[in-house]
Amino acid sequence: MSLSRKLLIFGGLALAIWGMGYGIWYAVFIEHQTLDGLGSALATGFIRAAESRMEESQAALADAGSRGFVYVRQVDAHGHWIGLGLLLLILGIAFERVAFAERTRTYLALALLTGAVAFPLGVLAETWNRGAGPQAIAVAGSALVILGLAATAWGFARKSS
Amino acid sequence: MVIGGIALILSGMILGDIFAAFILHPNANRIGENLLAATRAVAAHDPRVAGAAFQNIGALLENRGTKVDAHSHMIGFGYIALLLALLQPCVALSESAKKSLAKLFLFGATLLPVGVFLIHYVGLVGSPFAAIGWASVFADFGGFVAWLVCIFELAGMWKYFRAPRGTAAPDELVRDRSWSSRALLSGGTVLVFIGFLHGSYYAGMHLFSYETRDSELLSAMTTKAAAGDSAAALQAVADYGQLQGAKAVNVAAHAHVIEFGILAILLAFFQPYVFLSEKWRRIWAVTLLTGSLALPVFVLLELQWGLFAGGLADIGGLLVIVALFAMLVGVWRYTGKLDSVAGAA
Repeated sequence: MSLSRKLLIFGGLALAIWGMGYGIWYAVFIEHQTLDGLGSALATGFIRAAESRMEESQAALADAGSRGFVYVRQVDAHGHWIGLGLLLLILGIAFERVAFAERTRTYLALALLTGAVAFPLGVLAETWNRGAGPQAIAVAGSALVILGLAATAWGFARKSS
Repeated sequence: MVIGGIALILSGMILGDIFAAFILHPNANRIGENLLAATRAVAAHDPRVAGAAFQNIGALLENRGTKVDAHSHMIGFGYIALLLALLQPCVALSESAKKSLAKLFLFGATLLPVGVFLIHYVGLVGSPFAAIGWASVFADFGGFVAWLVCIFELAGMWKYFRAPRGTAAPDELVRDRSWSSRALLSGGTVLVFIGFLHGSYYAGMHLFSYETRDSELLSAMTTKAAAGDSAAALQAVADYGQLQGAKAVNVAAHAHVIEFGILAILLAFFQPYVFLSEKWRRIWAVTLLTGSLALPVFVLLELQWGLFAGGLADIGGLLVIVALFAMLVGVWRYTGKLDSVAGAA
């Protein structure tokens, strides 16, 4: 088996396992508490507003917004790591059909794997740092995956022509 | 593993179609009604009613969230099962160990979505934990079992690739060049690519602005209602509903087009195992691709066309289910053929 296929198959399965492990850890230790906190913050925002305690109400709603921001990204990271891992596995199985030299296919596999790791990592990092850095990592990661997939599709098409 | 994987995907899709047709919209309406009640309670300075409305919203959101999770995990595990089936020739374990791992994986892959589905109904009854009920515990255990199987499969593959051997024979699954296989492979790749582009567009153009708008509207509901400006508060509730709808259709379209693309690519590999004539394999491949494109497109159009688009999206989902079921029958016939050949020998 070629290096490019090994990279995609091992990398894809390892990434899917990592994403599943992260999901289990998240479901057991974080998710229920996060959802409880989110619901409680929203309810507090409305209850305090009904009591005309507007400052506390707005603080609670801001807290809910912040918790929602974190929750969406944690779930997204879990789903995207597994989804991209499966995609790498699938591409790895059929990668011999990509009509480029093995060296090019290896670079392509590396780009896809790097993007698949970096994109959800950047999304997750947004929960710790809301600056431009994590967003840049996520954008760069997704760009690598999109370009890699486009090149792979081109490679499939070259073979069939 | 192949039949189990397709059965999981099929079950997940049927659950998703039932959920979309009978639960999603009524559930969204009830959430909107309760949000309205909470906003009116703020205007009436009645914190008890506001709190009760949010308790209802919490229950409705849990009902929706667990159904969506059960649906997506069932399909996701189905994909992993199909992939692991494809990779079995590269797993250096004994045949009995492979069979045990396959059974364990299917057990975990079934337990997790069933547990997640039951979370809403079982709640915290008899649970020793503060926030986690027994249904969650069993769901997490199912996920752990499936995860463990994947680690063993990875170890088996590592062992296979470390072992010295001659040139491996090319895999029959990857060599298949039939029309149906090529259509599913290229169609699936295009679907995944469309999904990536749409996801990037949504993340770049809307994700952050929607989150900001979400907070602004919640703030407007409370401040306007508390100040006695009911019209502005009710408008904020209506806008909030629209915003949630926009978020939901974009996320659903993105997820479905990619999932269907991956499914199409996987099924391309399995075409040699679909024991049907090439004509029928073509028909089911085209049916699957048509439904795979129709569902996300009409989900996106739900904001403009309303329930009409929702109905067309459901038909798209149904096309995928029918095509998948037909292919499952084909695989079943293939295994029957193998059994009869083995029996004759």
